[in-house]
Amino acid sequence: MNGASHGAPLPDTAARLVFVAFFAVTILAGSTVRWWRRRHPDASHAEEWSLGGRGFGTWVTWFLVGGDFYTAYTVIAVPALVYATGAFGFFALPYTVIVYPFVFLVMPVLWDIARRGGLATAADIVRARFDSRALELAITLSGLAAVMPYIALQLIGIRTVIEALGLPGEASLLVAFASLAVYTWLGGLHAPALTAFIKDIMIYIAVLAAVTIIPLHLGGYGAMLRSAAAHLPAPPPGHALAPGQVVPYATLALSSALAAFLYPHTLTGVLAAQSADTIRRNAVMLPAYTLLLGLIAMLGLMAHAAGIVTTHPSSVVPLLFLSVFPSWFAGFCFAAVAVGALVPAAVMAIGAASLVTRNLMPSLGGGVRASQVSALAIKIGALACVLWLNAQFAIDLQLLGGLWILQTFPALILGLLPWRVSGAAMLVGWAGGTAAGTLLCFADGLKPTHVVGLGAHQVACSTGLLALMLNIALVLVASALPITRLRTRGSAFPNPTR
Amino acid sequence: MTPPATRRRVWLLSLLLLPFAGLLWVPLYDRTTPALLGLPFFYWYQLLWVPVTAALVWIVWKRGPQA
Repeated sequence: MNGASHGAPLPDTAARLVFVAFFAVTILAGSTVRWWRRRHPDASHAEEWSLGGRGFGTWVTWFLVGGDFYTAYTVIAVPALVYATGAFGFFALPYTVIVYPFVFLVMPVLWDIARRGGLATAADIVRARFDSRALELAITLSGLAAVMPYIALQLIGIRTVIEALGLPGEASLLVAFASLAVYTWLGGLHAPALTAFIKDIMIYIAVLAAVTIIPLHLGGYGAMLRSAAAHLPAPPPGHALAPGQVVPYATLALSSALAAFLYPHTLTGVLAAQSADTIRRNAVMLPAYTLLLGLIAMLGLMAHAAGIVTTHPSSVVPLLFLSVFPSWFAGFCFAAVAVGALVPAAVMAIGAASLVTRNLMPSLGGGVRASQVSALAIKIGALACVLWLNAQFAIDLQLLGGLWILQTFPALILGLLPWRVSGAAMLVGWAGGTAAGTLLCFADGLKPTHVVGLGAHQVACSTGLLALMLNIALVLVASALPITRLRTRGSAFPNPTR
Repeated sequence: MTPPATRRRVWLLSLLLLPFAGLLWVPLYDRTTPALLGLPFFYWYQLLWVPVTAALVWIVWKRGPQA
Protein backbone atom coordinates (compact mmCIF):
# COMPACT_ATOMS: atom_id res chain seq x y z
CA MET A 1 0.00 0.00 0.00
CA ASN A 2 2.59 2.56 1.04
CA GLY A 3 5.83 2.82 2.95
CA ALA A 4 4.24 4.40 6.00
CA SER A 5 2.12 1.37 6.82
CA HIS A 6 3.11 -1.97 8.23
CA GLY A 7 1.62 -4.73 10.32
CA ALA A 8 -0.38 -6.49 7.60
CA PRO A 9 0.56 -9.16 5.06
CA LEU A 10 0.22 -8.48 1.35
CA PRO A 11 -2.99 -9.60 -0.37
CA ASP A 12 -2.78 -12.51 -2.80
CA THR A 13 -4.63 -13.69 -5.87
CA ALA A 14 -7.38 -15.40 -3.87
CA ALA A 15 -8.32 -12.08 -2.26
CA ARG A 16 -8.45 -10.36 -5.66
CA LEU A 17 -10.52 -13.11 -7.26
CA VAL A 18 -13.11 -13.10 -4.47
CA PHE A 19 -13.25 -9.32 -4.62
CA VAL A 20 -13.74 -9.15 -8.38
CA ALA A 21 -16.35 -11.92 -8.37
CA PHE A 22 -18.58 -10.33 -5.74
CA PHE A 23 -18.21 -6.83 -7.15
CA ALA A 24 -19.01 -7.95 -10.70
CA VAL A 25 -22.06 -10.00 -9.70
CA THR A 26 -23.52 -7.02 -7.82
CA ILE A 27 -22.99 -4.63 -10.72
CA LEU A 28 -24.57 -7.13 -13.10
CA ALA A 29 -27.57 -7.72 -10.84
CA GLY A 30 -28.18 -3.99 -10.38
CA SER A 31 -27.77 -3.05 -14.04
CA THR A 32 -30.14 -5.71 -15.32
CA VAL A 33 -32.82 -5.23 -12.66
CA ARG A 34 -35.12 -3.75 -15.28
CA TRP A 35 -35.26 -6.97 -17.30
CA TRP A 36 -35.76 -9.55 -14.63
CA ARG A 37 -38.01 -7.79 -12.15
CA ARG A 38 -41.40 -9.47 -12.50
CA ARG A 39 -43.58 -6.38 -12.76
CA HIS A 40 -42.22 -3.18 -14.18
CA PRO A 41 -45.03 -0.68 -14.44
CA ASP A 42 -44.12 1.93 -17.02
CA ALA A 43 -40.34 1.79 -16.58
CA SER A 44 -39.91 4.77 -18.91
CA HIS A 45 -41.59 7.06 -16.42
CA ALA A 46 -39.29 9.50 -14.61
CA GLU A 47 -40.82 8.80 -11.21
CA GLU A 48 -40.19 5.10 -11.72
CA TRP A 49 -36.50 5.79 -12.43
CA SER A 50 -35.91 8.35 -9.69
CA LEU A 51 -38.28 7.25 -6.91
CA GLY A 52 -39.02 3.61 -7.73
CA GLY A 53 -42.63 4.65 -8.36
CA ARG A 54 -42.96 5.49 -4.62
CA GLY A 55 -43.69 1.84 -4.08
CA PHE A 56 -40.97 0.52 -1.75
CA GLY A 57 -42.31 -1.46 1.18
CA THR A 58 -40.90 -1.79 4.68
CA TRP A 59 -38.02 -4.16 3.94
CA VAL A 60 -36.86 -2.56 0.71
CA THR A 61 -36.94 0.85 2.44
CA TRP A 62 -35.01 -0.57 5.37
CA PHE A 63 -32.26 -1.90 3.13
CA LEU A 64 -32.26 1.15 0.84
CA VAL A 65 -32.15 3.82 3.56
CA GLY A 66 -29.77 1.70 5.62
CA GLY A 67 -27.58 1.28 2.55
CA ASP A 68 -27.50 4.92 1.69
CA PHE A 69 -27.32 6.46 5.15
CA TYR A 70 -24.61 4.11 6.53
CA THR A 71 -22.27 4.43 3.55
CA ALA A 72 -19.00 2.71 2.71
CA TYR A 73 -17.31 5.93 3.65
CA THR A 74 -18.73 5.36 7.13
CA VAL A 75 -17.11 1.93 7.30
CA ILE A 76 -13.75 3.54 6.44
CA ALA A 77 -14.06 6.95 8.12
CA VAL A 78 -15.63 6.17 11.50
CA PRO A 79 -12.94 3.61 12.48
CA ALA A 80 -10.34 6.01 11.04
CA LEU A 81 -11.56 8.78 13.36
CA VAL A 82 -11.67 6.39 16.32
CA TYR A 83 -8.16 5.19 15.44
CA ALA A 84 -6.94 8.79 15.41
CA THR A 85 -8.88 10.23 18.37
CA GLY A 86 -10.16 7.32 20.49
CA ALA A 87 -13.50 7.63 22.27
CA PHE A 88 -14.27 10.97 20.60
CA GLY A 89 -14.87 9.23 17.26
CA PHE A 90 -17.87 7.49 18.83
CA PHE A 91 -20.03 10.61 18.47
CA ALA A 92 -21.38 8.84 15.37
CA LEU A 93 -23.26 6.59 17.79
CA PRO A 94 -25.43 9.18 19.64
CA TYR A 95 -25.84 10.91 16.27
CA THR A 96 -27.35 7.84 14.63
CA VAL A 97 -29.58 7.17 17.67
CA ILE A 98 -31.21 10.58 18.14
CA VAL A 99 -31.81 10.86 14.41
CA TYR A 100 -34.66 8.29 14.63
CA PRO A 101 -37.11 10.12 16.92
CA PHE A 102 -36.59 13.02 14.49
CA VAL A 103 -37.22 10.80 11.45
CA PHE A 104 -40.32 9.36 13.12
CA LEU A 105 -41.85 12.76 13.77
CA VAL A 106 -40.90 14.67 10.63
CA MET A 107 -40.40 12.34 7.68
CA PRO A 108 -43.93 10.85 7.48
CA VAL A 109 -45.27 14.42 7.27
CA LEU A 110 -42.82 15.31 4.49
CA TRP A 111 -43.65 12.07 2.66
CA ASP A 112 -47.36 12.88 2.79
CA ILE A 113 -46.87 16.39 1.44
CA ALA A 114 -44.58 15.10 -1.30
CA ARG A 115 -46.97 12.38 -2.43
CA ARG A 116 -50.03 14.60 -2.48
CA GLY A 117 -48.22 17.28 -4.47
CA GLY A 118 -46.24 14.91 -6.72
CA LEU A 119 -43.04 16.36 -5.24
CA ALA A 120 -39.69 14.55 -5.35
CA THR A 121 -37.03 16.82 -3.78
CA ALA A 122 -36.49 19.10 -0.80
CA ALA A 123 -36.53 22.09 -3.16
CA ASP A 124 -39.93 20.94 -4.57
CA ILE A 125 -41.36 20.86 -1.05
CA VAL A 126 -39.95 24.28 -0.19
CA ARG A 127 -41.36 25.76 -3.42
CA ALA A 128 -44.79 24.36 -2.57
CA ARG A 129 -44.62 25.82 0.93
CA PHE A 130 -43.19 29.28 0.24
CA ASP A 131 -43.97 29.81 -3.44
CA SER A 132 -40.52 31.34 -3.95
CA ARG A 133 -38.35 30.45 -6.94
CA ALA A 134 -35.31 32.10 -5.31
CA LEU A 135 -35.63 29.98 -2.16
CA GLU A 136 -36.17 26.87 -4.29
CA LEU A 137 -32.88 27.59 -6.10
CA ALA A 138 -31.09 28.22 -2.80
CA ILE A 139 -32.21 24.84 -1.43
CA THR A 140 -31.23 23.19 -4.74
CA LEU A 141 -27.72 24.64 -4.64
CA SER A 142 -27.21 23.55 -1.02
CA GLY A 143 -28.32 20.04 -1.91
CA LEU A 144 -26.06 19.77 -4.96
CA ALA A 145 -23.03 21.28 -3.18
CA ALA A 146 -23.49 18.92 -0.24
CA VAL A 147 -23.98 15.73 -2.21
CA MET A 148 -21.21 16.07 -4.84
CA PRO A 149 -18.28 15.66 -2.43
CA TYR A 150 -20.21 12.83 -0.79
CA ILE A 151 -20.23 10.94 -4.11
CA ALA A 152 -16.51 11.70 -4.45
CA LEU A 153 -15.91 10.13 -1.02
CA GLN A 154 -17.70 6.95 -2.08
CA LEU A 155 -15.38 6.71 -5.09
CA ILE A 156 -12.44 7.27 -2.73
CA GLY A 157 -13.81 4.45 -0.54
CA ILE A 158 -13.75 2.11 -3.55
CA ARG A 159 -10.24 3.26 -4.46
CA THR A 160 -9.03 2.63 -0.89
CA VAL A 161 -9.98 -1.05 -0.93
CA ILE A 162 -8.81 -1.60 -4.51
CA GLU A 163 -5.40 -0.14 -3.67
CA ALA A 164 -5.29 -2.30 -0.54
CA LEU A 165 -5.62 -5.30 -2.87
CA GLY A 166 -2.49 -4.12 -4.64
CA LEU A 167 -4.24 -3.10 -7.85
CA PRO A 168 -3.47 0.20 -9.59
CA GLY A 169 -5.57 3.03 -8.10
CA GLU A 170 -6.34 5.34 -11.04
CA ALA A 171 -7.32 2.62 -13.49
CA SER A 172 -9.48 0.84 -10.95
CA LEU A 173 -11.16 4.10 -10.04
CA LEU A 174 -12.19 4.49 -13.68
CA VAL A 175 -13.55 0.93 -13.69
CA ALA A 176 -15.50 1.64 -10.51
CA PHE A 177 -16.84 4.83 -12.03
CA ALA A 178 -17.92 3.14 -15.26
CA SER A 179 -19.66 0.41 -13.25
CA LEU A 180 -21.50 3.01 -11.21
CA ALA A 181 -22.54 4.93 -14.31
CA VAL A 182 -23.94 1.91 -16.16
CA TYR A 183 -25.65 0.63 -13.07
CA THR A 184 -27.46 3.90 -12.31
CA TRP A 185 -28.31 4.68 -15.93
CA LEU A 186 -30.00 1.34 -16.53
CA GLY A 187 -31.45 0.51 -13.14
CA GLY A 188 -32.53 3.86 -11.71
CA LEU A 189 -33.43 3.70 -8.02
CA HIS A 190 -34.35 0.04 -8.44
CA ALA A 191 -30.64 -0.82 -8.88
CA PRO A 192 -29.45 0.40 -5.46
CA ALA A 193 -32.69 -0.83 -3.86
CA LEU A 194 -31.92 -4.34 -5.04
CA THR A 195 -28.17 -4.35 -4.43
CA ALA A 196 -28.66 -2.82 -0.98
CA PHE A 197 -29.77 -6.33 0.04
CA ILE A 198 -26.50 -7.81 -1.20
CA LYS A 199 -24.46 -4.97 0.29
CA ASP A 200 -26.02 -5.18 3.72
CA ILE A 201 -25.74 -8.93 4.03
CA MET A 202 -22.07 -8.72 2.99
CA ILE A 203 -21.33 -5.85 5.41
CA TYR A 204 -23.09 -7.66 8.25
CA ILE A 205 -21.05 -10.82 7.62
CA ALA A 206 -17.79 -8.86 7.42
CA VAL A 207 -18.40 -6.79 10.54
CA LEU A 208 -19.83 -9.58 12.68
CA ALA A 209 -16.83 -11.73 11.78
CA ALA A 210 -14.51 -8.84 12.63
CA VAL A 211 -16.06 -8.06 16.00
CA THR A 212 -16.08 -11.70 17.10
CA ILE A 213 -12.84 -13.02 15.63
CA ILE A 214 -10.58 -10.04 16.31
CA PRO A 215 -11.26 -9.74 20.08
CA LEU A 216 -10.72 -13.53 20.36
CA HIS A 217 -7.28 -12.98 18.80
CA LEU A 218 -6.55 -10.18 21.21
CA GLY A 219 -7.83 -11.66 24.49
CA GLY A 220 -11.34 -10.20 24.80
CA TYR A 221 -12.78 -6.68 24.70
CA GLY A 222 -11.33 -5.57 28.05
CA ALA A 223 -7.76 -6.56 27.14
CA MET A 224 -8.22 -5.14 23.65
CA LEU A 225 -9.39 -1.74 24.93
CA ARG A 226 -6.59 -1.54 27.50
CA SER A 227 -4.06 -2.33 24.83
CA ALA A 228 -5.60 0.24 22.47
CA ALA A 229 -5.58 2.91 25.21
CA ALA A 230 -1.79 2.72 25.33
CA HIS A 231 -1.65 4.12 21.77
CA LEU A 232 -4.09 7.00 22.31
CA PRO A 233 -3.91 10.29 24.21
CA ALA A 234 -5.08 9.50 27.75
CA PRO A 235 -8.25 11.17 29.06
CA PRO A 236 -8.43 12.14 32.77
CA PRO A 237 -8.64 9.01 34.98
CA GLY A 238 -12.16 7.56 35.10
CA HIS A 239 -13.29 9.47 32.01
CA ALA A 240 -13.54 8.47 28.36
CA LEU A 241 -13.27 11.95 26.84
CA ALA A 242 -10.89 14.86 27.44
CA PRO A 243 -12.63 17.86 29.09
CA GLY A 244 -12.43 19.91 25.88
CA GLN A 245 -14.11 17.14 23.86
CA VAL A 246 -17.40 17.00 25.78
CA VAL A 247 -19.22 19.93 24.13
CA PRO A 248 -17.93 19.11 20.61
CA TYR A 249 -19.08 15.50 21.13
CA ALA A 250 -22.65 16.56 21.94
CA THR A 251 -22.98 19.38 19.42
CA LEU A 252 -21.49 17.40 16.54
CA ALA A 253 -23.87 14.55 17.33
CA LEU A 254 -26.84 16.94 17.30
CA SER A 255 -25.88 18.87 14.16
CA SER A 256 -25.12 15.65 12.26
CA ALA A 257 -28.48 14.20 13.32
CA LEU A 258 -30.41 17.27 12.20
CA ALA A 259 -28.57 17.34 8.86
CA ALA A 260 -28.67 13.60 8.12
CA PHE A 261 -32.07 13.38 6.45
CA LEU A 262 -31.90 16.72 4.63
CA TYR A 263 -29.43 15.34 2.06
CA PRO A 264 -30.81 14.55 -1.40
CA HIS A 265 -29.92 10.85 -1.09
CA THR A 266 -31.48 10.21 2.31
CA LEU A 267 -34.57 12.18 1.36
CA THR A 268 -34.86 10.22 -1.90
CA GLY A 269 -34.78 6.97 0.10
CA VAL A 270 -37.53 8.24 2.40
CA LEU A 271 -39.77 9.68 -0.33
CA ALA A 272 -39.59 6.40 -2.30
CA ALA A 273 -41.40 4.61 0.54
CA GLN A 274 -44.84 3.17 -0.07
CA SER A 275 -46.62 4.88 2.84
CA ALA A 276 -46.07 7.11 5.85
CA ASP A 277 -46.33 4.04 8.07
CA THR A 278 -43.50 2.41 6.11
CA ILE A 279 -41.32 5.28 7.33
CA ARG A 280 -42.58 5.03 10.93
CA ARG A 281 -41.90 1.31 10.97
CA ASN A 282 -38.42 2.03 9.64
CA ALA A 283 -37.75 4.56 12.39
CA VAL A 284 -38.17 1.59 14.74
CA MET A 285 -36.16 -0.87 12.62
CA LEU A 286 -33.29 1.26 11.28
CA PRO A 287 -31.50 1.58 14.66
CA ALA A 288 -30.33 -2.00 14.05
CA TYR A 289 -27.78 -0.44 11.71
CA THR A 290 -26.64 1.86 14.52
CA LEU A 291 -25.74 -1.18 16.59
CA LEU A 292 -23.65 -2.30 13.63
CA LEU A 293 -22.09 1.17 13.40
CA GLY A 294 -21.09 0.98 17.07
CA LEU A 295 -19.30 -2.28 16.30
CA ILE A 296 -17.71 -0.80 13.18
CA ALA A 297 -16.40 2.10 15.30
CA MET A 298 -14.75 -0.48 17.59
CA LEU A 299 -12.62 -1.55 14.60
CA GLY A 300 -10.60 1.64 15.12
CA LEU A 301 -9.65 0.53 18.62
CA MET A 302 -9.08 -3.05 17.49
CA ALA A 303 -6.58 -1.82 14.92
CA HIS A 304 -4.42 -0.34 17.69
CA ALA A 305 -4.66 -3.52 19.70
CA ALA A 306 -3.77 -5.58 16.60
CA GLY A 307 -0.62 -3.53 16.16
CA ILE A 308 -1.65 -1.69 12.97
CA VAL A 309 0.54 1.39 12.54
CA THR A 310 -0.23 3.77 9.71
CA THR A 311 -0.09 7.48 9.01
CA HIS A 312 -3.16 7.14 6.75
CA PRO A 313 -6.14 6.56 9.06
CA SER A 314 -8.38 5.73 6.08
CA SER A 315 -6.36 2.58 5.43
CA VAL A 316 -6.89 1.33 9.01
CA VAL A 317 -9.84 -0.94 8.15
CA PRO A 318 -8.28 -2.55 5.04
CA LEU A 319 -5.01 -3.15 6.93
CA LEU A 320 -6.87 -4.65 9.89
CA PHE A 321 -8.84 -7.03 7.65
CA LEU A 322 -5.68 -8.09 5.82
CA SER A 323 -3.80 -8.73 9.05
CA VAL A 324 -6.51 -10.72 10.85
CA PHE A 325 -8.51 -12.55 8.20
CA PRO A 326 -7.48 -15.23 5.71
CA SER A 327 -6.77 -13.56 2.40
CA TRP A 328 -9.93 -14.77 0.58
CA PHE A 329 -12.14 -13.43 3.40
CA ALA A 330 -10.32 -10.09 3.36
CA GLY A 331 -11.19 -9.98 -0.37
CA PHE A 332 -14.83 -10.62 0.52
CA CYS A 333 -14.79 -7.80 3.10
CA PHE A 334 -13.26 -5.40 0.58
CA ALA A 335 -15.98 -6.30 -1.92
CA ALA A 336 -18.52 -5.52 0.83
CA VAL A 337 -17.00 -2.06 1.23
CA ALA A 338 -16.87 -1.43 -2.53
CA VAL A 339 -20.47 -2.57 -3.07
CA GLY A 340 -21.34 -0.54 0.01
CA ALA A 341 -20.03 2.51 -1.81
CA LEU A 342 -21.97 1.82 -5.03
CA VAL A 343 -25.37 1.80 -3.34
CA PRO A 344 -25.21 5.25 -1.73
CA ALA A 345 -23.31 6.74 -4.70
CA ALA A 346 -26.11 5.68 -7.04
CA VAL A 347 -28.84 7.06 -4.77
CA MET A 348 -26.87 10.29 -4.36
CA ALA A 349 -26.53 10.72 -8.11
CA ILE A 350 -30.25 10.02 -8.57
CA GLY A 351 -31.25 12.46 -5.82
CA ALA A 352 -28.96 15.12 -7.28
CA ALA A 353 -30.31 14.47 -10.79
CA SER A 354 -33.84 15.09 -9.52
CA LEU A 355 -32.67 18.44 -8.14
CA VAL A 356 -31.17 19.35 -11.51
CA THR A 357 -34.12 18.30 -13.67
CA ARG A 358 -36.92 19.46 -11.39
CA ASN A 359 -35.50 22.54 -9.67
CA LEU A 360 -32.33 23.86 -11.27
CA MET A 361 -33.33 23.52 -14.93
CA PRO A 362 -37.02 22.58 -15.15
CA SER A 363 -36.88 23.54 -18.85
CA LEU A 364 -35.15 20.19 -19.52
CA GLY A 365 -38.53 18.52 -19.13
CA GLY A 366 -39.21 15.71 -16.72
CA GLY A 367 -38.18 12.72 -18.84
CA VAL A 368 -36.02 9.80 -17.79
CA ARG A 369 -33.31 10.72 -20.31
CA ALA A 370 -32.82 14.16 -18.74
CA SER A 371 -32.47 12.52 -15.30
CA GLN A 372 -30.03 9.91 -16.63
CA VAL A 373 -27.86 12.55 -18.29
CA SER A 374 -27.90 14.76 -15.19
CA ALA A 375 -26.96 11.85 -12.94
CA LEU A 376 -24.05 11.05 -15.27
CA ALA A 377 -22.87 14.67 -15.33
CA ILE A 378 -22.93 14.79 -11.54
CA LYS A 379 -20.86 11.62 -11.27
CA ILE A 380 -18.34 12.97 -13.79
CA GLY A 381 -18.06 16.05 -11.57
CA ALA A 382 -17.41 13.85 -8.55
CA LEU A 383 -14.85 11.79 -10.47
CA ALA A 384 -13.05 14.94 -11.62
CA CYS A 385 -12.99 16.07 -8.02
CA VAL A 386 -11.22 12.84 -7.01
CA LEU A 387 -8.85 12.64 -9.99
CA TRP A 388 -7.70 16.22 -10.40
CA LEU A 389 -8.18 17.70 -6.99
CA ASN A 390 -7.01 15.63 -4.06
CA ALA A 391 -8.84 13.40 -1.63
CA GLN A 392 -8.38 15.87 1.21
CA PHE A 393 -10.29 18.42 -0.86
CA ALA A 394 -13.26 16.05 -1.09
CA ILE A 395 -13.12 15.43 2.66
CA ASP A 396 -13.02 19.19 3.40
CA LEU A 397 -15.86 19.83 0.97
CA GLN A 398 -17.91 17.08 2.58
CA LEU A 399 -17.42 18.76 5.95
CA LEU A 400 -18.60 22.07 4.51
CA GLY A 401 -21.44 20.20 2.78
CA GLY A 402 -22.76 19.13 6.18
CA LEU A 403 -22.80 22.77 7.23
CA TRP A 404 -24.49 23.86 4.00
CA ILE A 405 -27.21 21.22 4.06
CA LEU A 406 -28.01 22.07 7.69
CA GLN A 407 -28.91 25.58 6.55
CA THR A 408 -31.89 24.13 4.66
CA PHE A 409 -33.35 22.94 7.98
CA PRO A 410 -35.46 26.09 8.67
CA ALA A 411 -37.07 26.18 5.22
CA LEU A 412 -37.68 22.44 4.91
CA ILE A 413 -38.40 21.34 8.49
CA LEU A 414 -39.47 24.46 10.40
CA GLY A 415 -41.53 25.26 7.30
CA LEU A 416 -43.78 22.35 8.29
CA LEU A 417 -45.01 24.40 11.25
CA PRO A 418 -47.93 26.76 10.64
CA TRP A 419 -45.72 29.84 11.04
CA ARG A 420 -46.33 33.06 9.18
CA VAL A 421 -42.90 33.26 7.57
CA SER A 422 -42.19 34.45 4.02
CA GLY A 423 -39.85 32.85 1.50
CA ALA A 424 -37.82 36.05 1.54
CA ALA A 425 -37.26 35.78 5.30
CA MET A 426 -36.19 32.15 4.90
CA LEU A 427 -33.81 33.20 2.12
CA VAL A 428 -32.22 35.83 4.38
CA GLY A 429 -31.63 33.22 7.08
CA TRP A 430 -30.26 30.68 4.57
CA ALA A 431 -27.83 33.21 3.06
CA GLY A 432 -26.64 34.50 6.44
CA GLY A 433 -26.20 31.03 7.95
CA THR A 434 -24.41 29.65 4.88
CA ALA A 435 -22.07 32.62 4.47
CA ALA A 436 -21.21 32.99 8.17
CA GLY A 437 -20.74 29.24 8.65
CA THR A 438 -18.48 28.92 5.60
CA LEU A 439 -16.34 31.88 6.68
CA LEU A 440 -16.01 30.55 10.25
CA CYS A 441 -15.09 27.12 8.95
CA PHE A 442 -12.37 28.53 6.69
CA ALA A 443 -11.10 30.84 9.44
CA ASP A 444 -10.74 27.79 11.72
CA GLY A 445 -8.74 25.87 9.11
CA LEU A 446 -11.64 23.61 8.02
CA LYS A 447 -12.36 22.11 11.41
CA PRO A 448 -15.93 21.08 12.27
CA THR A 449 -16.00 23.05 15.53
CA HIS A 450 -15.58 26.71 16.42
CA VAL A 451 -14.46 28.05 19.79
CA VAL A 452 -16.93 30.44 21.40
CA GLY A 453 -16.66 32.29 24.70
CA LEU A 454 -19.46 31.61 27.19
CA GLY A 455 -18.76 33.97 30.08
CA ALA A 456 -15.37 32.96 31.42
CA HIS A 457 -15.51 29.60 29.59
CA GLN A 458 -14.20 28.84 26.14
CA VAL A 459 -16.05 25.96 24.50
CA ALA A 460 -15.74 24.46 21.05
CA CYS A 461 -19.16 24.02 19.43
CA SER A 462 -20.23 22.53 16.10
CA THR A 463 -19.86 25.29 13.50
CA GLY A 464 -22.88 24.00 11.60
CA LEU A 465 -25.05 24.34 14.69
CA LEU A 466 -23.81 27.90 15.34
CA ALA A 467 -24.61 28.82 11.73
CA LEU A 468 -28.06 27.23 12.10
CA MET A 469 -28.78 29.31 15.20
CA LEU A 470 -27.78 32.46 13.33
CA ASN A 471 -29.93 31.30 10.40
CA ILE A 472 -33.03 30.88 12.58
CA ALA A 473 -32.40 34.19 14.37
CA LEU A 474 -32.16 35.97 11.00
CA VAL A 475 -35.42 34.32 9.84
CA LEU A 476 -37.19 35.59 12.97
CA VAL A 477 -35.81 39.12 12.56
CA ALA A 478 -36.63 39.21 8.84
CA SER A 479 -40.19 38.02 9.55
CA ALA A 480 -40.71 41.16 11.60
CA LEU A 481 -39.22 43.60 9.07
CA PRO A 482 -41.68 45.25 6.70
CA ILE A 483 -39.67 44.40 3.57
CA THR A 484 -39.42 40.64 4.15
CA ARG A 485 -42.61 40.17 6.16
CA LEU A 486 -45.25 37.77 4.87
CA ARG A 487 -47.87 39.74 3.00
CA THR A 488 -50.19 37.04 1.72
CA ARG A 489 -52.54 35.11 3.98
CA GLY A 490 -51.06 31.66 3.37
CA SER A 491 -48.98 30.37 6.27
CA ALA A 492 -48.70 26.66 5.58
CA PHE A 493 -48.93 24.16 2.72
CA PRO A 494 -51.71 24.85 0.24
CA ASN A 495 -53.41 21.52 1.03
CA PRO A 496 -53.16 20.96 4.75
CA THR A 497 -52.28 17.38 5.57
CA ARG A 498 -53.96 17.09 8.93
CA MET B 1 -57.89 22.98 30.63
CA THR B 2 -56.28 20.75 28.01
CA PRO B 3 -58.40 17.83 26.84
CA PRO B 4 -57.11 14.37 27.91
CA ALA B 5 -56.25 13.40 24.32
CA THR B 6 -53.90 16.39 23.99
CA ARG B 7 -52.29 15.72 27.35
CA ARG B 8 -51.74 12.09 26.37
CA ARG B 9 -50.20 13.20 23.08
CA VAL B 10 -47.81 15.60 24.83
CA TRP B 11 -46.87 12.88 27.32
CA LEU B 12 -46.18 10.41 24.51
CA LEU B 13 -44.18 12.87 22.46
CA SER B 14 -42.06 13.72 25.49
CA LEU B 15 -40.89 10.08 25.41
CA LEU B 16 -39.14 10.95 22.15
CA LEU B 17 -37.09 13.59 23.97
CA LEU B 18 -35.55 11.02 26.33
CA PRO B 19 -32.83 9.84 23.87
CA PHE B 20 -31.82 13.46 23.29
CA ALA B 21 -31.53 14.07 27.04
CA GLY B 22 -29.76 10.78 27.70
CA LEU B 23 -27.21 11.13 24.91
CA LEU B 24 -26.59 14.86 24.49
CA TRP B 25 -25.86 15.45 28.20
CA VAL B 26 -22.43 13.89 27.80
CA PRO B 27 -21.14 14.32 31.42
CA LEU B 28 -23.83 11.79 32.37
CA TYR B 29 -21.87 8.97 30.74
CA ASP B 30 -18.33 10.28 30.26
CA ARG B 31 -16.96 7.69 32.70
CA THR B 32 -15.34 4.28 32.52
CA THR B 33 -17.08 2.48 35.42
CA PRO B 34 -19.09 0.34 35.89
CA ALA B 35 -17.72 -1.77 33.07
CA LEU B 36 -19.81 -4.49 31.45
CA LEU B 37 -17.96 -7.56 30.15
CA GLY B 38 -14.81 -5.48 30.08
CA LEU B 39 -16.50 -2.70 28.09
CA PRO B 40 -16.26 0.72 29.82
CA PHE B 41 -19.53 2.44 30.80
CA PHE B 42 -19.08 5.10 28.09
CA TYR B 43 -19.44 2.50 25.33
CA TRP B 44 -22.12 0.16 26.63
CA TYR B 45 -24.32 3.01 27.88
CA GLN B 46 -24.50 4.51 24.40
CA LEU B 47 -25.03 1.12 22.76
CA LEU B 48 -27.86 0.47 25.23
CA TRP B 49 -29.68 3.57 23.97
CA VAL B 50 -30.04 1.95 20.54
CA PRO B 51 -32.64 -0.68 21.58
CA VAL B 52 -34.16 1.71 24.14
CA THR B 53 -34.74 4.37 21.46
CA ALA B 54 -36.21 1.83 19.06
CA ALA B 55 -38.60 0.71 21.84
CA LEU B 56 -39.60 4.29 22.69
CA VAL B 57 -40.33 5.13 19.06
CA TRP B 58 -42.36 1.93 18.76
CA ILE B 59 -44.41 2.79 21.87
CA VAL B 60 -45.14 6.32 20.63
CA TRP B 61 -46.12 4.94 17.23
CA LYS B 62 -48.44 2.23 18.56
CA ARG B 63 -50.03 4.37 21.28
CA GLY B 64 -49.97 7.68 19.42
CA PRO B 65 -52.72 9.46 17.51
CA GLN B 66 -51.27 8.65 14.09
CA ALA B 67 -51.41 4.88 14.71
